[in-house]
Amino acid sequence: MIEIEDVKKSFGDLNVLKGMSLTVPKGQATGIVGPNGAGKTTLIKTILGLVKSDSGLIKVNGEPLDNDGRYRKDIGYMPQVARYPENMKVYELFEFIKGLRDQEPVYEQELIDQFTLRPELEKSLRNLSGGNRQKVGATLAMMFNPDLLFFDEPTAGLDPRSSHKFKKRVEMEKENRKTVIITSHIMSELEQLVDHVVFILDGRIRYYGSMENLLQESNETRLEAAIASMMDDDPQEVAA
Amino acid sequence: MSLLMHIIKNEWKSLLRGKWVIGYGLIFLILTDTLLRFGGGGAETLLSLSNVMLLFVPLVGMIYGILYIYQSREFVELLLTQPINRRVLYWGLFLGISTPLMAAFIVGSMLPLGWHGILMIDGMASAMVLGLGGVLTLIFAALGFVFGLMFYEDKIKGFGFTIVVWLFLAILYDGLVLMLVFLFGNYPLENFVIAVSMLNPIDLARIMVMLEFDVSALMGYTGAVFNRFFGTTLGITTASVMLLVWLAVPTWIGLNVFRKKDF
Amino acid sequence: MIKVVFTFLLLLSAQSVMAQIIVSPDGGIRSIKEAVELAEPGAHIQVQPGTYVEHNIGIDKPLTLEGIDYPVIDGNNEGYILVINSDSVTVKGFEIKRTGRSYVRDYAAIMIEGAKDFIIEDNRLEDVFFGIYLAQTERGVVRNNRVEAFDTREASSGNGIHLWDVKNPQIIENEVLGMRDGIYLEFVDNAEIYGNISNDNNRYGLHYMFSDGGRYYDNIFRRNGAGVAVMYSDNVDMMNNLFEHNWGTAAYGLLLKDINYSKIEGNRFYRNTVAIYSEGTNEVHIHANDIELNGWAVNIKSNSARNRFTENNFIENSFDVRTDSPRNNNEFVGNYWSQYEGYDLDRDGIGDVPYRPVSLFSMVITKQPESLILLRSMFIKLLDTAERIAPVLTPKTLYDEQPKMDRIRR
Repeated sequence: MIEIEDVKKSFGDLNVLKGMSLTVPKGQATGIVGPNGAGKTTLIKTILGLVKSDSGLIKVNGEPLDNDGRYRKDIGYMPQVARYPENMKVYELFEFIKGLRDQEPVYEQELIDQFTLRPELEKSLRNLSGGNRQKVGATLAMMFNPDLLFFDEPTAGLDPRSSHKFKKRVEMEKENRKTVIITSHIMSELEQLVDHVVFILDGRIRYYGSMENLLQESNETRLEAAIASMMDDDPQEVAA
Repeated sequence: MSLLMHIIKNEWKSLLRGKWVIGYGLIFLILTDTLLRFGGGGAETLLSLSNVMLLFVPLVGMIYGILYIYQSREFVELLLTQPINRRVLYWGLFLGISTPLMAAFIVGSMLPLGWHGILMIDGMASAMVLGLGGVLTLIFAALGFVFGLMFYEDKIKGFGFTIVVWLFLAILYDGLVLMLVFLFGNYPLENFVIAVSMLNPIDLARIMVMLEFDVSALMGYTGAVFNRFFGTTLGITTASVMLLVWLAVPTWIGLNVFRKKDF
Repeated sequence: MIKVVFTFLLLLSAQSVMAQIIVSPDGGIRSIKEAVELAEPGAHIQVQPGTYVEHNIGIDKPLTLEGIDYPVIDGNNEGYILVINSDSVTVKGFEIKRTGRSYVRDYAAIMIEGAKDFIIEDNRLEDVFFGIYLAQTERGVVRNNRVEAFDTREASSGNGIHLWDVKNPQIIENEVLGMRDGIYLEFVDNAEIYGNISNDNNRYGLHYMFSDGGRYYDNIFRRNGAGVAVMYSDNVDMMNNLFEHNWGTAAYGLLLKDINYSKIEGNRFYRNTVAIYSEGTNEVHIHANDIELNGWAVNIKSNSARNRFTENNFIENSFDVRTDSPRNNNEFVGNYWSQYEGYDLDRDGIGDVPYRPVSLFSMVITKQPESLILLRSMFIKLLDTAERIAPVLTPKTLYDEQPKMDRIRR
């Protein structure tokens, strides 16, 4: 469960998060959408501890964020751009992260097989294709069976087959009552994966509710169109 | 602690694989060996080596530090999302990358000094030059880290700043000191020039080299302050302490920037 | 005839047995002074181990005074100890200590005055004002003695081996430590000084004044307050000596003042503040020396001319040459300079561009001594290199046209 109360963050003169409040209950799959520069990435980075908020409160599973980052034991994160030390081998990366987290992996072998990474294990990360690197990132995010999963544009570099496998895996995680948070530009993908939507515009949450509600309210059948109509309602904000 | 070692070891492993740290060590190995073969005796070689060391170790250290930050951005960010303390991660990364560079310099230069017998003859002087190179590596790698974190988004600016800082500390600074000495030549300046030299780690290292090789010249100077400073253990003690301060300050600044930074 | 010869030999040996006098603390003769008074000329006095508290022992006849297992003669801080006025005296094997001290008289442990052909050897002198004092002597040998006194005040210490108005002395393999001057020569002709060690003296390890035609070689002069000074003398050969660790604002490996027609060859100068300082020195040939890690290798004043520096190794001196003259009256040819940055395209071992041993920085520090702290800095190196390429402030004619590319092996 994630609780966010009136979180603000500015970089210099730029107010990126203008007081956000949000509660994501356990077991909910949530998509974060919004135009570029709206604050999606900053929001996620703030929850992950990469960015420190200026004010407000963030709790993960009831505990406020701490400097030791112990709360991140419950978090798996798959970054948008996966770049690793070039001459490190895939299995070494797994070993390194295992040591770092001081946790025993639950799904390591399963995920390796699922994403057909086994033939890649002995390869250096420099020799991996972009897609395979994404799969390594997904494996790292999920192998410790954390309660919370963050996926940042997860399928951007994946081929259709892997993308499909990834989505099936996320479905499974949802069934296991994991809290899943996904940012994506691909609305159709979000439609498949999430049941709640957070729409962020210019540092504020414009909409937070279930996907069904959103479609109903906006009288649209597709998420993309619903979002687009919401942005049309607020032209000044977008321009700003 | 074991977590720290885990991070350090991982960096070591991947640096050794990267081979260019080994190449860096080899450069010093070949350089020192060549100097010894064609340049004559121990003092001559050690002085040439220290000249190269004073000029290039700071540059390489800084470039190396900043390059690491720039090249490993995404990886560092991934590590930051793991359940570990930033302080531990900082020390792990810093020590993990700076110690192999330091070791490359020390081992690379030491081996030829060993097999040409200089370590036995000029043990103290060798240890001094190697040690100073090692400390300078750490100081400037830390500075590179700091600049990398400061100019996180703008690599061109970061590299530019690094080069300017290097030019300033390695060359221009002493020009300014000389200028001040001539401008205020009528005043007693000994304490002033000692103090000013202490503010530049390259000068500090150079003064320690001087204390080893040029005491005879320094003793020819008539000023009482210089004679006391260079003629007793006061000089070497003060310089060593200041060098440690120089080691502590950039690493500490780096740590604080790293801890507070938004990635 | 045979009988006569035999009787003569017998007499001779009987006489020599008779001439042997034994001094011992518990024997018939208990003092050296007494033994000397009793002795016939040519006597051999043997002194048994023990301590003899005596001073002003005058020796006025030729004899041999020999100590067995280093008996101690203790002067009890009064006057001279041994005073030799006769020719052909040998003093050997004593430990002599505690002379008197005076601001008026040069109390010495062994004073030889107006004598010829003496031998002073294997003695150990400790806590003495002057050690061995030769005045108006000829052909004496001072060999393998050790003189040691540690009084750090220059005024209250005397010289280890002091020679005044002496002809043809030989000073061989002595060790002098902690005196004022280790070996001092004034008006000495043709001295032969070799194999000595003269360390930690308050002033000079060796001090030549008005002494022509001598030579000193294979000596070691180390950590002396002011190094070695050779002054007002001609035709002195200085060879294969080691001058090292002479530090201080007025310390020199070798100080030359008013020296003519002399030779400095094969010496090693190591870590002195100034290796060779030259003032009013002419026609001296400085050849094949190793001059390493000194503050200034050569400081040559403008009143020095026609001196030649050839085939020396100048290795990592903080400064190679310093001079107060804008012109060059001396010659530097075929030396090795470790700071030479030139090249040798024709591969003949000689650099193709001349080396200018006077650096700009050496002139800078003359003007602004505090800038010494910038020694070996990159900025200074750049300045020096620029000045060497196009000299403006440094003497234009002072250069070595044939700098060696490699250290000269010997």
